[in-house]
Amino acid sequence: MISTVEIKDGILLALDSIRSNKLRAGLTILGVLIGVASVIGMASIISGLDKMVMNEIESMGSNVLYVTKFPPDVDYDKLTEEERNRKPIDFEAVQAIIDFCPSITAVAPRNYYAPPGGNVVKYKGNQANRPGMFGTLPDYVKVENRNVGRGRFFNEFDMERRAMVCVIGSDVAKALFPHEDPVEKQIRVNSRQFRVIGVMEEKEPFLGESDNNFVILPYATYEKLIPWEKELFLQASAASPQTMDQAKDEITSVLRRIRGVPYHKPDNFAIWTQDNIKDAVNNITQYIYIAMIVISSVGLMVGGVGVMNIMLVSVTERTREIGIRKAIGAKKLNILIQFLTEATTLACSGGVLGIFAGILLAFLSKLIFSMPFTVSILWMVLGFSVSVLVGLVAGIYPAYKAARVDPIISLRYE
Amino acid sequence: MSLIEVENLWKTYDMGHEQVNALRGVDMKIEKGEYVAIMGPSGSGKSTLMNLIGCLDTPSKGTYRLNNQAVADLNDDELARIRNKEIGFVFQTFNLLPRATALHNVELPLIYNGTSRELRRESAERAMQIVGLGDRMTHRPNELSGGQRQRVAVARALVNNPSILLADEPTGNLDTSTGMEIMGLLADLHRSGNTLIVVTHEYDIAKFADRIIFLRDGQIEKEEYKQAG
Repeated sequence: MISTVEIKDGILLALDSIRSNKLRAGLTILGVLIGVASVIGMASIISGLDKMVMNEIESMGSNVLYVTKFPPDVDYDKLTEEERNRKPIDFEAVQAIIDFCPSITAVAPRNYYAPPGGNVVKYKGNQANRPGMFGTLPDYVKVENRNVGRGRFFNEFDMERRAMVCVIGSDVAKALFPHEDPVEKQIRVNSRQFRVIGVMEEKEPFLGESDNNFVILPYATYEKLIPWEKELFLQASAASPQTMDQAKDEITSVLRRIRGVPYHKPDNFAIWTQDNIKDAVNNITQYIYIAMIVISSVGLMVGGVGVMNIMLVSVTERTREIGIRKAIGAKKLNILIQFLTEATTLACSGGVLGIFAGILLAFLSKLIFSMPFTVSILWMVLGFSVSVLVGLVAGIYPAYKAARVDPIISLRYE
Repeated sequence: MSLIEVENLWKTYDMGHEQVNALRGVDMKIEKGEYVAIMGPSGSGKSTLMNLIGCLDTPSKGTYRLNNQAVADLNDDELARIRNKEIGFVFQTFNLLPRATALHNVELPLIYNGTSRELRRESAERAMQIVGLGDRMTHRPNELSGGQRQRVAVARALVNNPSILLADEPTGNLDTSTGMEIMGLLADLHRSGNTLIVVTHEYDIAKFADRIIFLRDGQIEKEEYKQAG
């Protein structure tokens, strides 16, 4: 018969021996501590990152379809002959989607240009820090879900006139116009004069990366100045989540026609959505989780060996105590439970300290690397349960050894 | 029916290449309420006999009936239960748990038989009062003198109201006057109705008993009864 007193007794005894052997106990539980801390710390950081990435993906605009030459998870080292020879996605595709896809409400290509050394953007003596430059359509703000902070975005009229106007990101605005209103100012972009008509609203930096350093030109103007740059990144939005599939079908058939894909051949382009990106991210997170589990199991295993070792020492040291307990009526099971409780308490104290260390770790990485973190109760419970398990597994053999101690011999043991 | 009935008790130790007979056919009876000393030089088998009577060990041959229950063929856990219920040990080296308080040491046998918390506390405190340590309950063994430690051990032996108090050289680690105090305490316990068996090699200690059983070479050599008065 096991009473709760015995368990309580075992826990108190274990805590007592931890107190009186701080260094030894500390070294013993270090492995468990590191194992649990790495689980909690890494899980907190990963789930925080995950949440942030997911928010970022969702903020890219809803119901958006992306059209590219290759699917997002393509392995560029293993392209087939057909894939290597694919035609780029160009403005012909943009025009075709606008003309023939009724489910698409807005299309925004992004055609980037950067001369060697980066884009040079200047106003008076100030220079922006090599901003990105791209041409797009007026629907850009709708598709990307971004707003103009000051001034306005360009419109169809600017497009028709191929006006020398531009909209700049907030970083460019700060760099060029520290004390002035940028709107209606003439800036030089790669030695050509443009009139600033608007400044985009600032976007929160993502993972320390700012997405506010750019110059946007009307597509027609861009095409006139840089006619040789054909390949673009195509984004199109559907009216609602319900029409996404319909929109995808329409784009597929239009693109197959203009890219001349025979009916028995697969698509030579890829259409994907936020869900595909989320899946890709989840895929990566899964690998990170597996790596984390491997790392922490090494720690936990080392911890388990440490606990087992110290319990074996403890059984030898306390042979006499076991003899006394047996002489006054402890059964084998009583002794077994006592030592199992002690091993588990030892491992658990490592686990509890590990949980705190893990949270601290995640908190420090937030302070230092501005990594987001979310502490999940589930992982804390898991970390604790694993340390209980380590204690039980590591304790079973020493406890069995203790239970088998012969009281006659152990009472004579000095 | 005697409390202890031992018939033709043998204990043989297998020392690898030879067999050592520690007990060679011991017969004895001890009645309830008796005060018996088992005496003998070292190697006489008195420790072996004590282990058997205390149910720490089982005989190789012969029968041992305690309270009319045959003990020889019980398994480890049943022996543990008998030790807990029927026997109170007092050892030469006290054998207290060093990190537990005196009261907790006394409570321990009650923990192993599942006595409720209140009853446990009450019985342990009463046993501490009996041995005269009512004011030392929360002390740890290393805060107590040798005599006080042995008193705690006696309290622990008493706490379960066992059939036998079994003391193995109870004064072996004490100076003479403290040893005499402990013997006085044991005599008091005997007078209040406890059955007492003291194992010793000192005649001065053995003579406190009503009956002395002399062991030599694993056999009973002679028995001596205290003269009345």
